[in-house]
Amino acid sequence: MIVETGHYALALALAVTLLQSVLPIWGTRRGDLGLASMAVPAAITQFALVAYAFAALTYAHVVSDFSLVTVVENSHTTKPLVYKIAGVWGNHEGSMLLWVLILAIFGAAVASFGRGMADELRANTLAVQGWIAFAFLLFILLTSDPFARRFPAPFEGQDLNPLLQDPGLAIHPPLLYLGYVGFSIVFSFAAAALISGRVDAAWARYIRPWALIAWSFLTLGIAMGSYWAYYTLGWGGFWFWDPVENASLMPWLAGTALLHSAAVMEKRDALKIWTIFLAILTFSLSLLGTFLVRSGVLTSVHSFASDPSRGLFILAILILFIGGSLVLYAWRAPALRPGGLFAPVSREGALVINNLMLTICCGIVLTGTLYPLVLETLTGDKISVGAPFFNLTFAPLVLSILLLMPIGQSLAWKRGDFLGAAQRVMVAAVAGVALSLVLAAALRGGPVLAPIGVGLAVYLILGSSSELVSRIWGRGQAWRATLARATGLPRSAWGTAIAHAGLGVTLLGLAATGWGVERIAAVKPGQTVDLGPYQATIVKLEQRQGPNYSEIGVRAIIRQGGSTVTTIEPAKRTFPVRQTTITEAGIATIGFGQVYISVGDQHPDGSIDARMFWKPLVTTIWIGAIVMAIGGIVSLSDRRLRIGFARRAIHSRLSGDPVAPQPAE
Amino acid sequence: MARKKRRLLLIGAAGITLAIAMSLVLFALRDSIVFFYGPTEMAEKAPPLGTRLRIGGLVEQGSLIHEGSSTVTFAVTDLKQHIKVIYTGLLPDLFREGQGVVAEGTVEGPNLFHADTVLAKHDERYMPKDVADRLKRQGIWRDGEKSAQTQ
Repeated sequence: MIVETGHYALALALAVTLLQSVLPIWGTRRGDLGLASMAVPAAITQFALVAYAFAALTYAHVVSDFSLVTVVENSHTTKPLVYKIAGVWGNHEGSMLLWVLILAIFGAAVASFGRGMADELRANTLAVQGWIAFAFLLFILLTSDPFARRFPAPFEGQDLNPLLQDPGLAIHPPLLYLGYVGFSIVFSFAAAALISGRVDAAWARYIRPWALIAWSFLTLGIAMGSYWAYYTLGWGGFWFWDPVENASLMPWLAGTALLHSAAVMEKRDALKIWTIFLAILTFSLSLLGTFLVRSGVLTSVHSFASDPSRGLFILAILILFIGGSLVLYAWRAPALRPGGLFAPVSREGALVINNLMLTICCGIVLTGTLYPLVLETLTGDKISVGAPFFNLTFAPLVLSILLLMPIGQSLAWKRGDFLGAAQRVMVAAVAGVALSLVLAAALRGGPVLAPIGVGLAVYLILGSSSELVSRIWGRGQAWRATLARATGLPRSAWGTAIAHAGLGVTLLGLAATGWGVERIAAVKPGQTVDLGPYQATIVKLEQRQGPNYSEIGVRAIIRQGGSTVTTIEPAKRTFPVRQTTITEAGIATIGFGQVYISVGDQHPDGSIDARMFWKPLVTTIWIGAIVMAIGGIVSLSDRRLRIGFARRAIHSRLSGDPVAPQPAE
Repeated sequence: MARKKRRLLLIGAAGITLAIAMSLVLFALRDSIVFFYGPTEMAEKAPPLGTRLRIGGLVEQGSLIHEGSSTVTFAVTDLKQHIKVIYTGLLPDLFREGQGVVAEGTVEGPNLFHADTVLAKHDERYMPKDVADRLKRQGIWRDGEKSAQTQ
């Protein structure tokens, strides 16, 4: 019964989105505010209905209702509760429902918190959000019904793919979707601005909190996905330049550019048309990502729930939305009033360069991801574009972004002083270069890039705070005054510094991979293998029987010198029901580094293949991403960026209120 | 005037960066992409020794030999031709005889391949799409299995 009502709720939601798509636009065209304001209850109702449908599906999974196809195919009565819940989105149908749920959450959030917004903008934004929801709800109901029944219902399900029975499944997809799909609202804002033909600094201020929320979640989602792949796939790698990873990286790059250009627009009323374009681009790339992941057109190590037959439908949605929005852009953007001028050497000038480079980076990733597809269609040749391609193209551009970042951050708005800015980051630059030299000298004969990378990371971390320091610290100033200045700085300035420093922390981990140690060998109990500063001794090798699997496990003691540091137990599990084997890597985190061992096949002589790593500072790769997201959230807490604050701020500025807040950084 | 000049400056900067990026991309596409061949194609095209390739096909039944100290050899076949592959390292979890596989590495001889990466997707019904396409074209692929691929 609950299942039927869930299905019905989805169909109702489709009807509501139809109203939400049409009425507000019609209302704003005719100047009928009553009709336009229908958008708000429609968005909230749509959210309630989709949330109900999602809850119904979750219920079916939790009580193991095997009359549902998705439950049969992905669940089992003995599966732990957390995976019964996470299993809801561990398959194509459920994950699309999660997609639409998040779309509805953002729509409802704008409807409820957007009171300070201009009525017309809010109505049109929600209408566009309604179009997206309509398209995807139609997709779900027509091609991927999560509530499809099966008769007769079997007594037991087929269980979830063991590889997905991992805490990662509970965390990664929701985070990633909150980011990915979160950019939909920014897209809707852009389309609404184009429809009404009005865009100003206030518009940039409305979209910033939403872009920040989406960006922070996307950052966390990508990092979580990378860590999950790192510990489950057993290869010790954390980024494979795989199409599915690229699909999430592209909206991240475009979204990062968007955050920066929106700052220019908000502060200087410039780059308007460009910012709108970026808003469209970011969500278009999210749609492209959804298509690539869901359709299975690309071979990937990460795709679990793909189905080519549904690909065409998503492709149609993709073409409709990207094409439609670009046509709208081409038609309406020239009518927008061009923004202000600015000097090339200034904060806004630096941000333009940032935008230029990030967009080109994004273009490179796009080329590398789609080129094999295009080439295959045109010539039939099959190729793969992997790390060597990206190392040659993406890496140099990113490195130049990193070098310029602290300098750009130190430039003043309007008219910057390049020498002054360079001077301000001098301390950081000297520290970075000195550290590189010291490391290179101390570890002579080691890899060249690692010390350079670490130096660059230190330059970034110090450099991102140098602007703050110069604003807080004054010669001979009392500490109380310093503290007052520090707390008086806008939160968004702190957010910027934290996020930029986070990138430095990530770079630290990436650079340190150069000092990593990798050993592949067939090992036997009693054998000791040197892993950098540590020694791993295999003490036990045994066959064990788990509840629904059998495994070959190894116990390894990690020693440093004579003293034992820790013990790890990598294993290789075989699940007979699904005939699946998975690797359980044994990982010991020591400081910021990790000892990582994964085992392979056992040989007739009793030895077992093992892949063993010492990965110095590897955890900082993901810690850096968390720091970046924290930066985003700190920035979000800036009271001038608070949702719904923008209108009041503008009012008070117009009335000449001296305490009116300044535009955010 | 000033607007025009600044716009020109911006377009110039964008053009230069784009040109650099484009030339890097083109250069990289020429040098660092890897072609994907099946066993028959490899026999036909006879790529020179040392060429970096990706090969794909089925792991031939009974061909897997452990040579000791993590080195294995196996044959990749499309049921017409086969290539002997030497690989040192851990085979992926789903590597099995009779199943699809993709190996990346260098050509060592007319029928010999030295792999440094062996891929098999983490799904028991896995058949790499590239391999499946090729086998389909050769009429070896049974389409009944395709529906089972859907999760």
